[in-house]
Amino acid sequence: MEKITVDARGLSCPQPVIETKRVLDKHSSGTVEILVDTVTSRENVLRYVTNAGWKGGWREQDGGYAVTATK
Amino acid sequence: MDRMLMSKNGPAIAGLILGVIAAFLVNFGNPGNMGFCVACFTRDIAGAFGLHRAAIVQYLRPEIAGFILGAFVSALAFSEYRPRGGSSPMVRFALGFFAMIGALVFLGCPWRAYLRLAGGDWNAVAGIAGLICGIGIGVWFLYGGFSLGPSRPTPKAAGLVMPLFALVVLILLVARPLFGAKGTGPIFFSESGPGAAHAPILISLAAGLIVGWLAQRTRFCTIGAVRDLIMIRDCHLFKGIAAFIIAAFITNFALGQFKPGFEGQPVAHTMQLWNFLGMVLAGLAFTLAGGCPGRMLIMSGEGDSDAGSFVMGMLLGAAFAHNFSLASSTSGIGAFGAPATIIGLVFCLIVGFAFKNRMA
Repeated sequence: MEKITVDARGLSCPQPVIETKRVLDKHSSGTVEILVDTVTSRENVLRYVTNAGWKGGWREQDGGYAVTATK
Repeated sequence: MDRMLMSKNGPAIAGLILGVIAAFLVNFGNPGNMGFCVACFTRDIAGAFGLHRAAIVQYLRPEIAGFILGAFVSALAFSEYRPRGGSSPMVRFALGFFAMIGALVFLGCPWRAYLRLAGGDWNAVAGIAGLICGIGIGVWFLYGGFSLGPSRPTPKAAGLVMPLFALVVLILLVARPLFGAKGTGPIFFSESGPGAAHAPILISLAAGLIVGWLAQRTRFCTIGAVRDLIMIRDCHLFKGIAAFIIAAFITNFALGQFKPGFEGQPVAHTMQLWNFLGMVLAGLAFTLAGGCPGRMLIMSGEGDSDAGSFVMGMLLGAAFAHNFSLASSTSGIGAFGAPATIIGLVFCLIVGFAFKNRMA
């Protein structure tokens, strides 16, 4: 299945969450990866992903974080 | 302890402690319902530097320095010191400028709006309603694709500017040097009025450092709280505000500081239209910039230069607010407070439309 990547690195609050919401709203299932560069954005995106009913996870990548949403 | 602060209850725990600290700071000497107010205290610092000459609001508030340094140390300790910048710094500076003017028309930042409510100042209701309205307009722009653009990592040293600024404020506060012709100042310290009302330095500084640490860990944000609730029905941060108000109310009540009413409230006026519109402006400017003024101080301590630009914009905004009769007083709004608020609103709307540049 196609993996969608959202690059939200460097964006101010709450834009990483909005970009995530925009993509998750468009898809009923699949894997979405959201790139962020601060712990705050990682927490916010992960919380949104979980609240939206997706399975969330994250790993360190290129000095930042890649949050994954799967359903 | 840190696991608790980072949990879903973190903001509520921080809110409780912040509310108690704020009420006690008033008991220790800070102005009424002003345990800490980012707008008022930044304004006092501008006055102490002689950037404005309103003699009653001049003091180097250690709380502000403490917020920045507390967040800086906390960010270092927990590997979250990530210097970054380059996201429309000049626009952020201007947003800080106008956010400050809106806040000084109301007479308080969002933190103080909630503290005024917790002290029984019902004029705060109009301000909080304006704040919610301003945040709502900001959310509309955000959903429409508003973005000031991404920031980029900067050299580690670039993030030290704001912590060093905070350190300079503390050194000048303790050393109290007198510059200027004939050594008459600056530095200026108010001899009467709100600027002369302050808790002992060490208590203020300790409070500031604790607040800086707690807010850095829990991402406590008085704008984000309302924004996330409106935008995505997420009450994570809102629980922090609720706890903050309740804790400040109970502590105020216990200390005999709860005085309900509209008239004669400390550092407040009763012109409700301008209480409302001032905070519409502040709420919109803060939302476009990405957080409340307290959060901006915290992020500037984490090395975010863009947040630092916003804080410096607030400092200049405070200077203009008092030099050009834009700031309110207990008798009502300043001579040019109304047009300044309208100009600020127009500026924020232009920024909102100009930066609707959603990523592909």
